Amino acid sequence: MNATNRNEQQALSRAVLEIDVNNHAGVMSHVVGLFSRRAYNVEGILVLPVGDGSRSRIWLLVNEDLRLAQMMKQVEKLEDVIALRRHNADHAVFQDLESFFQP
Amino acid sequence: MTETLSGAQITIRLLERQGTRIVTGYPGGAILPIYDALGQSTVIRHVLARHEQGAGFIAQGMARATGEVGVCMASSGPGATNLLTAIADAKLDSIPLVAITGQVPKAMIGTDAFQEVDTYGLSIPITKHNFLVNSAEELLEIIPRAFEIAASGRPGPVLIDIPKDVQTQAIEIATWPEPGRAVPPPATDAAQIAEAAALINAAERPLLYLGGGVVHSGASASAVALAEKAGLPTVMTLMALGTMPVDHPLSLGMLGMHAARYTNLLLDECDLLIAIGARFDDRATGKVAAFCPQARIIHIDIDPAELDKIKNAHIGITADVQEALDQLLPAIVENGRKKWADRSIALKNQFPLAMPDADNPRSHFGLIRTVAACLDNEATIATDVGQHQMWVAQAYPLRRPRQWLTSGGLGTMGFGVPAAIGAALAEPQRTVVCFTGDGSILMNIQELVTAAEENVNLKIVLMNNAVLGLVHQQQTLFYGERLFASQFKGMPDFVKVAQAFGIAAIDLDAAPNPCAALMEAIARPGPCLIHASIDAEQKVYPMVPPGAANRDMIGA
Repeated sequence: MNATNRNEQQALSRAVLEIDVNNHAGVMSHVVGLFSRRAYNVEGILVLPVGDGSRSRIWLLVNEDLRLAQMMKQVEKLEDVIALRRHNADHAVFQDLESFFQP
Repeated sequence: MTETLSGAQITIRLLERQGTRIVTGYPGGAILPIYDALGQSTVIRHVLARHEQGAGFIAQGMARATGEVGVCMASSGPGATNLLTAIADAKLDSIPLVAITGQVPKAMIGTDAFQEVDTYGLSIPITKHNFLVNSAEELLEIIPRAFEIAASGRPGPVLIDIPKDVQTQAIEIATWPEPGRAVPPPATDAAQIAEAAALINAAERPLLYLGGGVVHSGASASAVALAEKAGLPTVMTLMALGTMPVDHPLSLGMLGMHAARYTNLLLDECDLLIAIGARFDDRATGKVAAFCPQARIIHIDIDPAELDKIKNAHIGITADVQEALDQLLPAIVENGRKKWADRSIALKNQFPLAMPDADNPRSHFGLIRTVAACLDNEATIATDVGQHQMWVAQAYPLRRPRQWLTSGGLGTMGFGVPAAIGAALAEPQRTVVCFTGDGSILMNIQELVTAAEENVNLKIVLMNNAVLGLVHQQQTLFYGERLFASQFKGMPDFVKVAQAFGIAAIDLDAAPNPCAALMEAIARPGPCLIHASIDAEQKVYPMVPPGAANRDMIGA
């Protein structure tokens, strides 16, 4: 970890992606593989099943980058992705988790 | 009325119901139940390749020649890893393929069992989608779905990994699912089509840029009609060759790295680029910032992720190419664009494609032109990868969509012979020619046995310059002539090799009349290897140096 503090990290331009997917063992690999093959770091990942468990929701915290629009299109192309929504970095989902990520 | 069937039997029955009539593959322990069931099928013929990669390319050849989904099979572990190159190749060229692999029993997955490899994980980035099957019941959903995915929208390869215990699991079947078919494409946006038509009608120097998507969509005739109605000079990508006959007055041939000079120069002058089923590949665009610098861009593609990926379009339309053209054509004002056509002709006369020595059948261009003279448009032309591929792309008079089978995106040496075998199996009424090189042919030479066994009507034209031509060329031009690892010291006697594998072979070098020898070899049914030495110093020209703008071509 370099010397940026949490506030400085917040100041970087970030985006939060909310992705509804079919819940099975390979779906995370499909989604994060699209990022890793492009050397596009995923800063945060949160996944839980939704409803009866046939579907999951993946929350990704990513740095905003010129490639983000293309990334989102690639994610939407995955057969197991049902919907993709983009939020701003101030979305509550990751902020509420801060207490679990104290150094 | 229910029947009790094993997962293996269900798999084969579902393939039969799909209409699959030929499956290529190579058996092994983890897929033996499926092979046992396949052996009982009276409908599906199995073509045994001699390497799983060969099986993958044979299936691709069938798919490329017909547009139908090709099917190949392999066992677990090395069988699956050997298939991967052919699958990746299908992904980059958008070829519909269903690959079925055996896997170790579910309970042994993750234990480093014999011939276990993470086929699912390995195939994620090189497939359109993939499945690891958990139960025999799931096959009823997954197999039709795999065909649907492979054939729908932008086609591509789908892999189904089936553990051995799923293959042997017996279940009762009461009803069968419908076969998986391509789903109808999303509706084309009429407002966007109207905008595109207005832009085309108003353009002074519009140019049409056709890609492989035109072939996949079956839209070649409509694309040619658009060009004719609007007076559009037309370039084709490597994948699109044949969509407009190369001797059509509006055809500028292939664009990009090895285009004729006039083709790239005219692209520089266009004020509107109409890209259809093309993806602005780097071999086509050269330095992107300098590609069609004055042009506005209309981009039509079935895959929304291709729009704005490399170059931003002024009008980007997600649509099936055929549907889009059907809507676009009536809105186009007929216009010969005389001034622009004259400019095109002037450039063509000033900077034509140089084809030195094309009358000499012992030269590279002459050999290609002589082969073409022996054939009509019904012939299918496959290539391997290298100098010979580019020369054939430049010189062969391709006039029919699906006439041309070549590994474009991945550029896989070893593609040619097995893909050509597949084309010959799928369309036995055609003569199939595979142009190859002394480097490429050795990468899947074992498939000569398959060609002999299947007695396919395949003529392999081996252009032997005893070097890895494109590497030799780049080392000569860009690496200070430091030739390294590109000149073969050992050279097999390819005529004897072919004969040893069981196919006829002739050596044009020894033929007193090479034209007559060629004609006789091509006319004789069955597989034949035609060996011809060519000059190692010949280059593929013109050439855009890697990273340069298309206008900065070197040579010829």
